[in-house]
Amino acid sequence: MRPKVEVRSLNAWFKANHALRNVSLTVPANTVLAIIGPSGCGKTTFVRCLNRMHELVPGACQSGNVLVDGQDLHARRVDPVNLRRRVGMVFQRANPFPTMTIFDNVVAGLKLNGVRGDYPALVEKSLRQAALWDEVKDRLRQSAVSLSGGQQQRLCIARALAVDPEVLLMDEPASALDPIATARIEELIRGLRESLTIVIVTHNMQQAARVSDSTAFFYMGELIEHGPTEQIFTNPRESRTEDYVTGKFG
Amino acid sequence: MQTASEIATAAREPERPPESAPARVNVPDRVWSGSLLLLGFAVLAVAAIIVAELVHIGGPAISHTGVLAFVRNSVWDVTRDVFGALPFIYGTLVTSAVALVLALPISVGLALFLTEMAPPSVRSIVSFPISLLAGIPSVVYGLWGLFVLVPLLRRPIEPLLAKTLGFLPLFQGPPIGLGYLAAGIVLAIMILPTITSIAIEVLQTVPGTLREAALALGATRWEAIRVSVLPYARAGIVGATMLGLGRALGETMAVTMVIGNSPSIRASLFAPGYSLPAVIANEFAEASGDLHTAALAALGLLLFAVTVALNVAARLLVRISRRGPTRVAA
Repeated sequence: MRPKVEVRSLNAWFKANHALRNVSLTVPANTVLAIIGPSGCGKTTFVRCLNRMHELVPGACQSGNVLVDGQDLHARRVDPVNLRRRVGMVFQRANPFPTMTIFDNVVAGLKLNGVRGDYPALVEKSLRQAALWDEVKDRLRQSAVSLSGGQQQRLCIARALAVDPEVLLMDEPASALDPIATARIEELIRGLRESLTIVIVTHNMQQAARVSDSTAFFYMGELIEHGPTEQIFTNPRESRTEDYVTGKFG
Repeated sequence: MQTASEIATAAREPERPPESAPARVNVPDRVWSGSLLLLGFAVLAVAAIIVAELVHIGGPAISHTGVLAFVRNSVWDVTRDVFGALPFIYGTLVTSAVALVLALPISVGLALFLTEMAPPSVRSIVSFPISLLAGIPSVVYGLWGLFVLVPLLRRPIEPLLAKTLGFLPLFQGPPIGLGYLAAGIVLAIMILPTITSIAIEVLQTVPGTLREAALALGATRWEAIRVSVLPYARAGIVGATMLGLGRALGETMAVTMVIGNSPSIRASLFAPGYSLPAVIANEFAEASGDLHTAALAALGLLLFAVTVALNVAARLLVRISRRGPTRVAA
């Protein structure tokens, strides 16, 4: 399979703190990569490097290459603004724009990018993709913060999907949600694989096992092991991976 | 809604949970909350006493002139006991409006720059003189206005404005220097630190996740500010503006020194005018006769009323702007 995302010797720092050490991996198109590892192991930093959100933090820097479809996104001439239009992101905590309606939240990215079109149809499509349409179709003009936490997170997914990204990064998207909302998001991720490539950070090993095709285990800023999810959970090569997935530490 | 009889029943038979022990009275708590209540009411009482005194002292002038005539008349002739407050109301509102128009964009821009763009070192270097500005006594602003700003306005600023924007009535007439424009500019500088520092605090409360949400959608820095930061901070910025406006409305010394002290109403910002606090300060010491004193107290009451009215309006504005979510400007 051709790689959709290719990461070559990626390093990241927060000032003197070397948060990611020489990480290389590839993600084939239309697959889900799960990133697991204990707190502070660099999972979040890794995904934030993929759409260059990392460099927005004061004192942060990174080296190495990230290629999407063979194109280096970290080359100096690539505008991170254009990159982020292709590589969408969903954050740990739902962050809809609180002053906007549900409808306006979904089209916010389209308006920002100057996309003209049939907004109502696009809103319906995105909300359907995010499995939220049936719950909100009669209240699109209500404030986004009138939704429950799980609905807000699905709204954020719809907002990210509306701009039609090729890659979707998800940073523990279900960590603040109840089991039912979590199940819906997981179902959603499995369905979205049809149309895009997903990298998801998760603290929850069962979740990684349920939604992903391949899994990468990070520890202390290093990529310890990366392989098919089934192999990582049943027959890891590294003892540290085995200790982590079996719950001996973490 | 409860009906009157329901309320009466409830008052007669206070509901008590059955079988429960009688609520213990916590004495220190009672004393504490009681004294806080007292302090709270003391503030209200002071405000009420001030209003009562102003009404008491100013009453004769108002009944001599009539409430409506006092507010609407534009002639202020102390020797003939003719008291019309309109020129002072007009001067107060015009100078404050000029100050806001000049100070608001600069303050919000400065606050945005310092919170969103500037590196921390620049932020601390720039924040210090801003807070210093707030500490300069107003008489010093007045002196600066009189000796530096007014000559500059006389030549070349006002002739230049007249040449370029002279088609507007605002910028016509002889370039005297002393007048609404001078007072407005001095006030703008005085309220700038107030609005800026509060706006900075408001902007710092905007969750970083909102900024990131916009950036992750492919927003540029400015677009992220416009889409996520400013809407969130809007109510707070309105509040900051109102504090600045309050200061501008009540400022006495600096305005007196540069406004020209002429009780007249002119459309031109170049013209000399007068403001409510300025006339009180200037005439109180040599007030001739009880009626004149009373008229000045009535002006004080009017200033109080104008301030309260603007504050209420501001609160309504904030409430209305908070009610409905706004749409993204395309």
